[in-house]
Amino acid sequence: MATVERASQRTLIWRRFRKHRLAMVGLWLLGLMYAAAALAGFLAPFGKDSHSSDHAYQPPQIPSFSFEHGFYVHPTAGRTDPETLEQVFTEDTSRVVELGFFVKGDPYTLLGFIPGDVHLFGPEDPGERFYLLGADRTGADLLSKIFFGSQISLSIGLVGVGMSLVLGLLLGGVSGYFGGWVDLVIQRVIEFIMSIPTLPLWLGLAAAIPPQWGPLQTYFIITVILSLLGWTSLARVIRGRFLQVRGEDHVLAAQLDGVPKSRIIFRHMLPSFASHVIATVSLSVPTMILAETSLSFLGLGLRAPAISWGVLLQDAQSVRTVVTAPWLMMPAVAVVLAVVAFNFVGDGLRDSADPYGKRSS
Amino acid sequence: MIRFVLLRLLHVVPILVAISIVAFFIIQLPPGDFLSTHVAALEGRGESLDPAYIQALRERYGLGDPFWIQYWKWITNILLHGDFGQSFEFRRPVAGLIGERLPLTLTLGIATLVFTWAVALPAGIYSARKQHSWIDYAISGIGFVALAVPAFLTALVLAYLGFEFFGQSVGGLFSPEYANAPWSLGKLADLLQHLWIPVVVLGLAGTAGIIRITRANLLDELHKPYVVTARAKGLPEGRLTRKYPVRIALNPFISTAGWHLPSLFDGEIIVAQVLALGTIGPLLLQALKSQDMYLAGGIILIVAVLTVVGTLLSDILLAVADPRVRFGKA
Repeated sequence: MATVERASQRTLIWRRFRKHRLAMVGLWLLGLMYAAAALAGFLAPFGKDSHSSDHAYQPPQIPSFSFEHGFYVHPTAGRTDPETLEQVFTEDTSRVVELGFFVKGDPYTLLGFIPGDVHLFGPEDPGERFYLLGADRTGADLLSKIFFGSQISLSIGLVGVGMSLVLGLLLGGVSGYFGGWVDLVIQRVIEFIMSIPTLPLWLGLAAAIPPQWGPLQTYFIITVILSLLGWTSLARVIRGRFLQVRGEDHVLAAQLDGVPKSRIIFRHMLPSFASHVIATVSLSVPTMILAETSLSFLGLGLRAPAISWGVLLQDAQSVRTVVTAPWLMMPAVAVVLAVVAFNFVGDGLRDSADPYGKRSS
Repeated sequence: MIRFVLLRLLHVVPILVAISIVAFFIIQLPPGDFLSTHVAALEGRGESLDPAYIQALRERYGLGDPFWIQYWKWITNILLHGDFGQSFEFRRPVAGLIGERLPLTLTLGIATLVFTWAVALPAGIYSARKQHSWIDYAISGIGFVALAVPAFLTALVLAYLGFEFFGQSVGGLFSPEYANAPWSLGKLADLLQHLWIPVVVLGLAGTAGIIRITRANLLDELHKPYVVTARAKGLPEGRLTRKYPVRIALNPFISTAGWHLPSLFDGEIIVAQVLALGTIGPLLLQALKSQDMYLAGGIILIVAVLTVVGTLLSDILLAVADPRVRFGKA
């Protein structure tokens, strides 16, 4: 008897996804970024609150290499030029700051419970300063801040999408499964929300956050606001799929067999379009990341001392900053990378979500 | 056709009512009542307000009344007298403040729409016709990046380039010498010189999105039998594309014009803030931060109403262009 090779739907989707080169690149990139966010304390040369007022707006330093010192930079001292009032940094070439791998520095806790004080890369002497990507207004190392900022910026998108997924599944599912006047009402509400400019509304909501709230509470409220922004399109997709699947034979068969409603929904209907939903979800994560960045950038989202990419970009708000301290734009590079990676992965998922369909170009 | 327009008009009324309620709800959200906060702040600075004036304001807005009565007073004042209330920060009527900035905002919005269409349509068609050519890849690549880069970043970079290479004054829609001058040809030319940066920044993401849609739609159409038939009958390629598939691929242009309006306003707030434009966005931001709530509410209301009207117009336009929509079949 010949054995028949069988591949589950998941295997088929994965096979197809792997052929999507850009999507694989995106997946690797995202994996690296999330790993970096989890290991931020170890990867960042300095701690969260470490700053030095002597080094405000210090430009990036490029390490040199010699056999005597290994990697090193020269220490700098900033002073204000009396004529142009610009910050000028002079290198003290007589001294060197030796850099090394796995050096002791500011203490941190990984993932909230693993304490440590070893950093991947940094000055050998913990008292010295070193700025690979330059410093911000307070003289804090921008590279370290970008690593710590990724923790909030990358997670807020996921949490926000999770919330809007719950809303979207619930309302879209109810709308699509029951139809009739329930559907009508929910559809009108969605149309209403989609027809008004969202940012003014969410700005209004964000402005109502009491300023005395702590970072954690603000983070939570911002996620809720973001998820209110995202659920409508999800609900539409889910409703459309429900309507489509509801008419199919296997659902009718299950109904005739007297299968309870909840089992029909969760066992027979949801699995058939779960992959589409996942694709839509992964495409709405970048929107959320951009929304958080924009809200924080405008000063109505998260506020310092919370660190997110949007909060970091607040420093780069005017053209003058871009001209004098272009490295302050570096967090934006991180934002763009994350958004592009999510878009690639989402596109790949969407193309491979239906393993039996024809491959779209 | 008239039936369709009337039906859509009827549709708009409840949406407008809902918008006004939401707008009012939002201006009520912050804790405390702004009048007392305002008075307290003034007294803290040693100034004092005429108690009769405060009392008059209280009466006018019915502060202390339940939500619905306050809402009723607010909305009837707007509808019957065009009175949006008083801005606490500027001590001027909200209607005047908005009126000053609305024309520029609309100019910016319309210019952006025109730019989006003028770039996206040819690019999308070309991209689909020459699929897999390097220009197609270049257009798609640029589109990907355009969708991913936050608007304020593009704004900063372009303003920097404009400053470095074209010697333009950074920020604002006018050069300093024209900023407060009355309208003239010179001022118009000056405006056009400054307008391109915000227009490009605002239009970029929308353009990228529409290019993708047009390209995908046109690719679907280009392989349909009627195109093959037309080609077999010897119709020249250019005329062939222009005459049939492009018309079908045009639909999303018209129908998404309405959907683009909300995102235009969204983008405008951020971009105008970065470039210091004298449009409505920065005013709203300022009003929200200082809890100048009648100003904020008035702006949210106006912007939302404009968007709904824009969507209505684009729906009607779509019905004119595509009979299937008119008869409710698409």
